[in-house]
Amino acid sequence: MSTAESSGAANDSRIEGLAAAALLAAGSGAFVLGLLTTLAEASTGTADFLQFNDRIGPLSGKTIFAAIAYFGALLVFWLFFRGRQLALRPVLVAAAILLALGLLGTFPTFFQAFA
Amino acid sequence: MELSNREVWGLVHGMVIGAFFLLAFAGGLAELYGLRTRWNTEEGIVGRVRRLTVGYWVMAVAAWATVVTGTWIVYPWYREKLAGEDLSGCAGLEIPTPDKCSPRDFLLSNVSGDTSDWHEFGMEWKEHVAWIAPMLASSAAIIVAVYGRRLADAPRIRRIAIWTFVLAFATAAVAGILGALITKVAPVK
Repeated sequence: MSTAESSGAANDSRIEGLAAAALLAAGSGAFVLGLLTTLAEASTGTADFLQFNDRIGPLSGKTIFAAIAYFGALLVFWLFFRGRQLALRPVLVAAAILLALGLLGTFPTFFQAFA
Repeated sequence: MELSNREVWGLVHGMVIGAFFLLAFAGGLAELYGLRTRWNTEEGIVGRVRRLTVGYWVMAVAAWATVVTGTWIVYPWYREKLAGEDLSGCAGLEIPTPDKCSPRDFLLSNVSGDTSDWHEFGMEWKEHVAWIAPMLASSAAIIVAVYGRRLADAPRIRRIAIWTFVLAFATAAVAGILGALITKVAPVK
């Protein structure tokens, strides 16, 4: 590894606020999608509530709320972390956990177990 | 040789915008992987960062466009309930038929073999997991835009951007492959 990369490696144990917000927003959006997918399977009331469009069904509400969660989290985290450098590891761990839960919640074998 | 309005939208969703995202991935990955100070001149880094920034944003927009067209335009034609509660409208058919048997009805009816899992597992996974791709692609684009040239000297942040981008591709690939396979069995006509 070159000197430049070595010094970079030493400096990049922290992450810019907006980049951290982007990672956490992706995790939040995925998590909300997974949560709503599982809840809609478990409860017809939730599925009915999420049916914003009759032709699309509950998927319409799930995707609208997931997109709102993504862009909303991006905005909130950006406002909160603006101009700050955050420790990388906690941001990564939180984003990875949220994303993993989102992927789990959108996997049919998992969410159909709640039907 | 003609295509229906529904087939045109299916092509725009899957073969134009969606395929663009999947095909552009390799270029985006190679550009980001190669963004290292010791592998590039200063001029090379400037050009590479410019291509990365534009490319990642274009791919993020393409990913959003793919899921929006898929969910809000094509998916309603896929899931129409036309064949009745007992799916008898699909009896004797070899492919879904407009106004009689939608692709969802067709797959669930099992009139053309054991096809219900294509809907119950394949489509159920595709329609949900696809929406994670544009979020991850947008986040990768934001990281590239925030760091820009500094990514060449920040290997950990560069690796995080790469993994975010790879996961965006992986989720899009799952959705794309399942979409292609489901369309082969039960096309939207």
